Formats: sequence, structure tokens, C-alpha cells
Amino acid sequence: MTVMIDVKGLDKEFGGVHAIEGLEFSVEQGQIYSVIGPNGAGKTTLFNLITGFYTPTRGEITLNGESVVGMDPNRLAERGMCRTFQQMQICMNMTALENVMLGRHLKIRSNLLTSMFRLPSLLREEKACRERSKELMEFVGCGEYLNTEASAMSYGALKRLEIARALAADPKILLLDEPAAGLNGTETAELEELIRKVAEQGVTVMLVEHDMKLVMGISDRLLVINYGRKLAEGTPEEIRNNPDVIAAYLGG
Amino acid sequence: MFDRFLEWRMNYVLVLAVIVFVIPLLMENPFYFDLATQILIIAATVVGLNLLVGYAGQISLGHAGFYGMGAYFSAVATTTWSWPPLLAMLVAAAVVGLIAWIVGRPILKLKGHYLSMATLAVGFIIAIIINNESELTGGPDGMVVAPFSLFGWELSTFGLYSMFGLEIPGHIAWYLVAGVLLLVAVVIAQNLIDSPLGRALRSIHGSEIAARTVGVDTARYKSMVFVISAVYASIMGSVFAHFTGFITPAIAGFDYSIVLITMVVLGGMASPMGVILGAVVLKLLPQFLAGFQEYETAIFGFILMATMIFMPKGFYPTAMNAIRNKLGKSSGGKA
Repeated sequence: MTVMIDVKGLDKEFGGVHAIEGLEFSVEQGQIYSVIGPNGAGKTTLFNLITGFYTPTRGEITLNGESVVGMDPNRLAERGMCRTFQQMQICMNMTALENVMLGRHLKIRSNLLTSMFRLPSLLREEKACRERSKELMEFVGCGEYLNTEASAMSYGALKRLEIARALAADPKILLLDEPAAGLNGTETAELEELIRKVAEQGVTVMLVEHDMKLVMGISDRLLVINYGRKLAEGTPEEIRNNPDVIAAYLGG
Repeated sequence: MFDRFLEWRMNYVLVLAVIVFVIPLLMENPFYFDLATQILIIAATVVGLNLLVGYAGQISLGHAGFYGMGAYFSAVATTTWSWPPLLAMLVAAAVVGLIAWIVGRPILKLKGHYLSMATLAVGFIIAIIINNESELTGGPDGMVVAPFSLFGWELSTFGLYSMFGLEIPGHIAWYLVAGVLLLVAVVIAQNLIDSPLGRALRSIHGSEIAARTVGVDTARYKSMVFVISAVYASIMGSVFAHFTGFITPAIAGFDYSIVLITMVVLGGMASPMGVILGAVVLKLLPQFLAGFQEYETAIFGFILMATMIFMPKGFYPTAMNAIRNKLGKSSGGKA
């Protein structure tokens, strides 16, 4: 198995606060890899470090063997990384379909001239982009919202739409930040099914999630962090029986 | 058939074309044509500015600077250096585009008030240079501009032209030229908006974080749209210079920048028809208020305030929504 993401000696300080301290782990290609931990453990900070929204104070992050420390999110997207957000980032000034089409931004070859005059090459690319985006909306279960304004959609549908947009980039690795937050039981079950389907297509999935049932059921490996440090790493079975983890969660 | 028209993305351009070309049949007074031509020129300018402000969600409080640069470059090049006007106009657009790219790259990293301040400063600097380089520009006294000409064929408001067997006086010919320019400006803008480039621009407005995540190089796109809107302003500035035949530094000044941005906001951001309506209203209003000269600014301010409070989306989108609700229809032009 090839290593998709490799993190070594990762540190992030905000002022005097150590949000992440000496974190080391690696994610293999095709895995569903979850990061769990109590509130404020540094899970979202870790995601922001990996996806280029924060720059690490120290440490090394490699994606497919290439160092990506200090790289902008758009450069990372070019290398096959895409993500969703705990605070959803949807363009409310566009329709649902346009949001997904935006996800294919890097797949479309266009320039100022073809755009200004709507040359046939552009129209072909746009048509293909539209078709693929429609497929993805069906895939995540947003098929009924094709021409709906994003601002008119429900919370649960927007969560799935954000995943469709991320998938539109044909990512190698997809990072989902709390995808089940705010969803009811049925919606969470649908989400679990969706994440499995994504992983089956060979996309590596990294997950930050609070819903233990979801995480334990779906993950190949888990990383538990607390106060920015690694508490444990292993399969769901190993994590469930780890005394440190039990102590951290139940208060020991 | 009518439904297909309602769904056509360019439907409003056809409506606009009809309005633009029917109006001359209803007017005779050359003064009205002068005013109408000015409106068309300024409308094309704000259609460009709208790409930056309405679609990409960035602001420029110095856009009159680019307009003034285009005007003065054309004026100096054609009048002092005797360049052909079309060449002067294109070189002006290229120079202004280059300058906009050089200043835009660093300042578009700023957001909100800071970006406003930076663009304000850019506008001020350009206005000050135009004011002070009086050997070249005539300074505060302004300068005379040679009429527009192409391959020896001169377009002057005082000329008389025959086209299709009709005698067309210069002021009407100018009006028609400006009308065609506005339509071209709108078509190009709409094409850009409907392209992947336009989608990227709108995503910067909607969520810059989302844009970056899917791979949009936001810094590059912001500079690009800044340059595009500056080039729009420059070309229309050149056109204006040739049209009026006399320009002063006021067209590059702060007041004028504010007028441009107000047209965009008042008429309706992210709506080409809206900003054109904004241009019409803001150009016509002073004419109607001429009788209350002492109170003109106060009335003007009041209208602005009332619009922002009761129609925050601008005249045009508000009116269109009202009409659509009345008809009980969800379809219609998206302009």
C-alpha cells in the first residue's frame, strides 16, 4: 500500500497555545481514516494544517511523497486534495448545480478569449462539466435540486452538495470535517452509505467526526487526539479497548 | 416561443437593443442626444465595473482614475502626437490594463475597508498626476481632443453623414455608435459571467474559502477581473474624450469614482440591466432636480438613503422580483 499522507513532528502554536504538538501518523491510499477526540482537541486545526489553510509552526506533511507545507489550498487542489467544512462553505449566490460545476474548475481548460466569445471549445467543455456535475448530484442524492438556488436548500442537502462539489474535482483524497454534524439518524445513515461508496471508488477519505457510531462502523483506522497530542492510533477494535481513550472520553 | 425567450440568457440584450434604437425616433433636440450618448458611454463603463463589484464582490473606489487615464491617453496621443484615434484607444487600454494589473496584484490581497482605501488612493494618485502634468494634459483647465476618425473618415457631433440613403446628423451618429458599443460591452460581459471564469469570479463573492478549496487561484482571478473592468473604463474614457472633444481632470476624480460605484449599487449589483438603469437614473436625476438647485445634493442623498433602506438589492432586481411575484411565475430573465 502506498502512503497518501504522511505527517511527521507536526506542531502548531497560536500565541502560547499548543494546538497541535508532535503529531505523527500516515494515511494509506484507499483507507477511510478518522480523526476523533474531545472538543478542542485540535481536530479541525489538524485539517486546516493538512489542507493549507494554516501553516505549521514545525513539522512535515507530505502528499504522495511531495512536501506540501506552506502550499496554498488551490495548489493542493491541483494535487488531488479536496475538502468540506464544518462551517459549510457553499456559494449562496449560485444554484446548486453551479456549485458542483465550480468543483470541476481545474478540469476545464478555458481562457479569456474562449470565455469572452463563447467559442465552441468552451461550450463543449461546459456541456461535459454540466453532465458530470449532474451525475455527481444524483450520486450524493441531490438530484432533485439541480436548478435550485443554493440559498433555498435545506441544511442536510447542502451538506451532501458540498461533498458533490468536492468529488467534482476528481480528488485522490477527500477530507470531510464533521459531515454528520446537525444531521438526523436517517440522514447520518445515508451519509455513511455515501462515504462508503466514495471510498469504494478508490478515493482516500479522511474524516473528523463526533458521531461515534458512524466513525466506528466506517473507519479502517482511527487517530485519537487530545490536547493536540496523539492519544492512540489503530483499528476501531483496538481503539475501543484502549484504556487511555476510555479515560479521555469518560473522564478518568 | 415566449417561454424560450424568457429562458434565453441574452433576452434582456434584445430588449436593451430595442430600447436603445427606438429612443432616437422619439427625440429631436440635440441636447437630449448629447445627454443620451453620455448615458450610453457611462453605462458601458459601469457594466465593466459591475464585473468586479457585483460579480466578484470586490470594490474599487478609484475606477474613474482608469476612465480618466483612457480619456487623457487618447486625448494626448491623438491631439498632441497625432496618432490615429483607434490605435491610441487600443494602446491606452493596454497601458491601463497593465497598470491595473501591477497595482491590482498587491492591493487585491486586501479586503473590505482596506481594499476601499487602497483603490481610493490609486484613483487619487491618477487624478493628481493628470492635474499636475499640465504641460501634457493642460492641468485643471482641461484639454481639447481631436474628433474620432477611422481611415480618414471623421466622426464629429457637428458632421452630417449619409447612411442607407438617410441623412444622419453627427449627434445621432454618435448616439448610435455609443449604443452599439454598450450592446457589445453587455454581450461580452454576459459571456464572461456565463463562462467557467465567471463562475470562478462569482464563487469568490460567494465563498472565497470554497473557491480556493476547489482550486481557484483567487489572487489571479481578482487581478484578472480588476484588469478587465479597468480596460472597460479605459476604452469608454477614450470614447468619451472623442465624443465631448474637451475633457477636464474631473472625469478622473474621486467624485466621479463615487458616482460610478453608486450607479452599480443603486441599479442592482450583479445585474447588467440594473447597473445600466443606475447609470440612466443617476445621469437624469440632476436634470430633473435642476429647478431645486439649492436642494439638489440633499434630495440626491435622500434618494440614495431611501434606496439603500427599502431596496438594498437595487432598483432593477427589486422591480423584477415584484413583477415576477405579481405574475406568479418563477421563470424569467436572470438579469
